[in-house]
Amino acid sequence: MNQQEGYADDIVKGFIIWSMVWGLVAVLVGVLISFQIAFPQLNLPPYLTYGRLRPIHTNAGIFGWGIGSFMAFFIYITQRLTRTPLWSPGLARVQLWLFNVVIALAAVTLALGMNRSKEYAELEWPVAILVVVLWVIFSVNIVMTIVKRREEQMYISLWYILATLVGVAVLYLVNNAAIPVSLTKSYSAYAGANDANVQWWYGHNAVAMVLTTPPLAIFYYFLPKTTGVPIYSHRMGVIAFWSLIFMYLWTGAHHLLWAPVPDWVQTLAMGFSVMLIAPSWAAVFNGYFSMNGQWHQMRDNYLVKFLIFGITFYGMQTLQGPSQAVRTFSAFIHFTDWVPGHVHMGTLGWVSLVLFAAIYYTVPKVYQTEIYSIPLANLHFWLALTGQLIFSISMWIAGVQQAAMLNATNPDGSLHYSFMETLIELYPYWHMRAAGGLIYLAGLAFFLYNIFKTITGGKARAAAQRA
Amino acid sequence: MTIEKKPIIFLLLATATILVGTVVTMVLPFRWINDPKLAIASVKPYTPLQLEGRDIYIREGCNNCHTQTVRPLLSDTERYGEYSKSGEFAYDQPFLWGSRRNGPDVARIGGKYPDAWHVKHMKDPRSMVPRSNMPAYKFLEQPLDTSLTERKMKALNFPYTQAQIAELSGKTELDAMVAYLQKLGNDIPWRKTGKAEVLGELKNPFQDNAAVLPEGKKLYLEHCAQCHGKDLEGEVGPSLKDLDKPDAVVFGIVYSGIPAGSMPAFGDSLGKERTWKVVTFLKSEHRR
Repeated sequence: MNQQEGYADDIVKGFIIWSMVWGLVAVLVGVLISFQIAFPQLNLPPYLTYGRLRPIHTNAGIFGWGIGSFMAFFIYITQRLTRTPLWSPGLARVQLWLFNVVIALAAVTLALGMNRSKEYAELEWPVAILVVVLWVIFSVNIVMTIVKRREEQMYISLWYILATLVGVAVLYLVNNAAIPVSLTKSYSAYAGANDANVQWWYGHNAVAMVLTTPPLAIFYYFLPKTTGVPIYSHRMGVIAFWSLIFMYLWTGAHHLLWAPVPDWVQTLAMGFSVMLIAPSWAAVFNGYFSMNGQWHQMRDNYLVKFLIFGITFYGMQTLQGPSQAVRTFSAFIHFTDWVPGHVHMGTLGWVSLVLFAAIYYTVPKVYQTEIYSIPLANLHFWLALTGQLIFSISMWIAGVQQAAMLNATNPDGSLHYSFMETLIELYPYWHMRAAGGLIYLAGLAFFLYNIFKTITGGKARAAAQRA
Repeated sequence: MTIEKKPIIFLLLATATILVGTVVTMVLPFRWINDPKLAIASVKPYTPLQLEGRDIYIREGCNNCHTQTVRPLLSDTERYGEYSKSGEFAYDQPFLWGSRRNGPDVARIGGKYPDAWHVKHMKDPRSMVPRSNMPAYKFLEQPLDTSLTERKMKALNFPYTQAQIAELSGKTELDAMVAYLQKLGNDIPWRKTGKAEVLGELKNPFQDNAAVLPEGKKLYLEHCAQCHGKDLEGEVGPSLKDLDKPDAVVFGIVYSGIPAGSMPAFGDSLGKERTWKVVTFLKSEHRR
């Protein structure tokens, strides 16, 4: 049926498969570095040390798994919401190739130590330029498809898609400005506190424009698709959209509370972070209210379970985040394990659960088959949920314990614990985290197997039909 | 809502919406942060050797575990020293403040330990800090690649002399790293001296108390033996076998350190009571 419409679904298949490959790399490296923190002997210098692998973990996760699957679903969703085939399938094929070249180059150059140190903007300038080319190709294709659309009204998902395209472009270009020294070495164009402020404007809005607006676009499309009932409120979606993309850009400096950047920038960041609860929770409520009369589907429909748990973690994430952005609480937990606990609730919980649902839904559609095993998908769900909760909860406890120890004082005002005395207490939590990561990885293995069997089953069926 | 039917206008409006917060919180601060009033005259650019060390710090991703900002909070300033000022980072491209302390902050590590301590620690962290989870960086003993050094100094507009470039030959990456670490945080005068003096009368509460000797010895092995030897024979630091000084003086040295002699201060990490236990152990060894 899809082929009759002339949709470019082969490209969707390509991006889904490759994003899963890079997602597996991200989790494998993540599990490895979680063990390295607990067992330093597992560092194998020079290439396989924590310092070089951690950027590979974050880049493979955000750009390989995240952006890769967003590209798949932006192409999938845009064609269907506009009832228009992709503007240029040829350009999209170039995009798929370039995407894999860029991510592979990123992994290799980072392992070699070609690294600009700014978080999520580590890639050296030649690779960064390829990322820009990739994004322009992608954006032009999506925007042109929307311009030439056959459906006049643009659904909420398309707004989030458009905002993502422009948001990522602005952020990436500004923060990656550099002074090249050679092909493999460059320095940031900004210095000191300025560089820090630009970086965290980028860093936090990468969370907005990569880890929030794309999964929201996907959530708003796939929740009604899987439940069979429309989204609760279009108007709430409108208000939430504009206030979200307005407020997010003010909040970067909450990563720099108590650091030497102007106080008023920090205070604005703190205020807007708290205000962000409103648009974030508007999306959460829009999801929940869309389930009115449909809650039985949490039991009957495995896709709904992924999506609703995903939006629930989004809701918790957007309460925890603003609380961390308050000066007093930041003073306590900043620089501790609390923060990785927070981040992984967003990435493993919110973003990945929504992406899993979208992949489970889309793969049978584009391969014209049925999902191989729903019980396996349910097993994947529970392993992902358990692994992520073990990870996050152990890190929250570790963060609070270390913070309390770091702040403990003697009656004479001196500090009660040295840094090392607080660090050695963290080992049991690090073991817990590594175990949580292994459980998540096991879930991922069942997911990959399930999708693999679904795809091969679909191909076999197509071959049988042709025969 | 006609805007949802006009994608190009929608795109422009979304861009404008994104740019408001961007201009206020990212573009405007360039004015304030670059305010000449915040400049610090004593802050100097990196030398060629220090810059190469900094680039190795970046290459190895040290910023993934070590921060370089001391916040104006008791738990930071008592542990690491004077809080960080924006003027101190004027030559940092990129900044290296970090976001997670899997290891301690290093903004003020310069001058805290002697070079030899850093060399031993980088090659084998657990020999100096038991139960540390830092990777071993023995491989940094390879020769320093200086082919780009001049271009780097020019790109950053840092002053240098040909003599400084010539001095780089024969240096290892580890030498450069140590040179960088020893520069960190030393651009402003901030080190407290004579901290022990503010503690009032210095009388050893454990004098001749043999019960504290096992703990004193344990603390010595944890904190002191890496430089002064398991049997007090001396290595990086001098031998302590014949420590013929009054208890109060020994306490002052351990508690406040000797900045000129590269003896670190242990007051912050040991506290008063445990410092006295170390002193009692050291003196008991002398009397034997």
